[in-house]
Amino acid sequence: MQDSKRSSRRKLLRIGVAAGGAVLANRQIAKAAEDTPGQLGIPLGPYGERSPFEKAVRWRRDTKTPETGSSFTPLQDSVGTLTPSSLHYERHHAGIPTIDPAHHQLVIHGLVTRPLSLSVAEIRRLPSVTRTLVLECGGNSGSEWAAKTGPDVQRSYGLVSCSEWTGVPLSLLLSEVGVQPGASWVIAEGADACRMERSIPLAKAMDNILVAYGQNGEALRPAQGYPLRLIIPGWEGNANVKWLHSLKLTDQAYMARDETAKYTDLMPDGKARIFTYQMEAKSVITFPSGGQTLPGTGLYELTGLAWSGRGRIERVEITTDGGRSWVKANIQEPRLPIAFTRFRLPWRFDGRDAVIASRAVDESGYTQPTREALIGARGTNSNYHFNGIKYWKVQADGTVINVEA
Amino acid sequence: MWKLRLLLLAAAAATLVAQMPKYGVGRPATADQIRDLGTAIAPDGGGLPEGSGTVAAGREVFIARCAKCHGEKAEGAVGPILVGGQGTLATAKPLKTVGSFWPYATTVWDYVNRAMPFDQPGLLKAAEVYAVVAYIFNINGIIGDDQVMDAKSLPKVKMPNRDGFVADPRPDVGNKVRR
Ligand code: HEC
Repeated sequence: MQDSKRSSRRKLLRIGVAAGGAVLANRQIAKAAEDTPGQLGIPLGPYGERSPFEKAVRWRRDTKTPETGSSFTPLQDSVGTLTPSSLHYERHHAGIPTIDPAHHQLVIHGLVTRPLSLSVAEIRRLPSVTRTLVLECGGNSGSEWAAKTGPDVQRSYGLVSCSEWTGVPLSLLLSEVGVQPGASWVIAEGADACRMERSIPLAKAMDNILVAYGQNGEALRPAQGYPLRLIIPGWEGNANVKWLHSLKLTDQAYMARDETAKYTDLMPDGKARIFTYQMEAKSVITFPSGGQTLPGTGLYELTGLAWSGRGRIERVEITTDGGRSWVKANIQEPRLPIAFTRFRLPWRFDGRDAVIASRAVDESGYTQPTREALIGARGTNSNYHFNGIKYWKVQADGTVINVEA
Repeated sequence: MWKLRLLLLAAAAATLVAQMPKYGVGRPATADQIRDLGTAIAPDGGGLPEGSGTVAAGREVFIARCAKCHGEKAEGAVGPILVGGQGTLATAKPLKTVGSFWPYATTVWDYVNRAMPFDQPGLLKAAEVYAVVAYIFNINGIIGDDQVMDAKSLPKVKMPNRDGFVADPRPDVGNKVRR
């Protein structure tokens, strides 16, 4: 009896993994299934991998060209406040370049006294800082404008991630080159095939931008700009130029494609707002969220993530009755400015439909608006910078759906 | 008076110190390096290279290098549509194209030069970029059949949506807590 139970379980697990195909994973799972005392585990290894039982992956939207597009972080599977580098969202315009850091240089030129070329090793020798910061695509949850949203939190809100970044303050590099009077903008360019370009006001560059080489305790991942990228606290992802190889000081913005044709918000009167850099306060419930199922009635812990490009999250409120009443959620300390802030609230599911949502307030007093308020102010054509309150509906049978979808 | 002069002198020295490199890392960027990275084009035309291109020459470049992705008539395929959309920006179905939405001619030159053809960026010579950009402007009704694009004429092209951009007034919503 015991034996046959065990072997059928083993069989099941093996079938499950055969699809995955990884030999090592197969062995690990077979071992776990056998749970025979005295069996040795697998040997120690040079670079770690997650358990073969863990399946969270990025989701990528289909595009006609695989090198341009975006992949979304599985927020529904995230715990805590950091995003693993392997699950960080991606948005690329011409593929991920393979760059040998030994041959990579960052050149700072234009309106400077001493145009400089710096190797990655030289940059790493300079006084560095480490900051935990959220990075959000300017187009995150853009599909909510037209209510053509994804069915789950990953596909509707997943172009946002949070990492610990390490790098050299850009202000330090700028004082090394000596900024000339008259300079007011920095034109940043990446070394990807399309040499992605953005204009950044000098004042922000002197304030708190990093030329980052590290992410979550190791070098940047290639998909995140290896070996160097800009990290601009609180500003839309696109401006955080990856694979950074050029910074040109100028007296004007260059009106690059990605700051005119893209990432500008088209208003109902046909005018478009330009240079919307800062991401405003936003939050979303990640459990329970679209596509998940509660196995029965009883106690659950609602949880989710809040963040703001303006600073710390002051509080998060939760409704479980479609917005009629709001209660304060518990907030995980420490709250870091411009970083994922985890909130939680115990909640009893009584088997009746419940429409749930979260609302974030940041330290500037800014309150996350409703989708209706945003549309009232900006119409439905703006595509970018959506930060509206997100409702999920927990249905009587425990299934959770996207109210807007 | 001498006190003031001394103060000024001290201030000047302090500025000088502030302008001296503190760490002395890196090496002077070479003229070659700066030229290689000098492809960014300013809206006033700063950075545009020598060369010129006609609409007719641009049609040929387009058929040879662009049509397979953007369609024979720039109607869009693998790559986005590059023509039309003027007059749609304030409607429920805005069509944002180079012709209807992009505010500066220089941006089109800059982007085509740095990023297109998508699968072989950097392939086109400056004259070919001038030509194909002239062709795109022409099919959008922005320039006539005989206009030639070069470093002087291109920045003078007034794009239909040149005045279509406004500063961002946010926070425009969300500053009041609903109770
Ligand atoms: C292999 C396919 C391919 C070829 C060849 C190609 N393009 Fe593109 N083009 C694209 C794709 C894909 C995009 C969108 C890229 C993105 O959004 O990141 C694009 C975008 C553009 C845009 C921006 C359009 C907009 O509204 O955002 C312009 C302008 C453009 N291409 C011009 C050209 C020109 C001119 C040529 C020929 C010299 C060319 N392309 C050749 C695939 C191609």
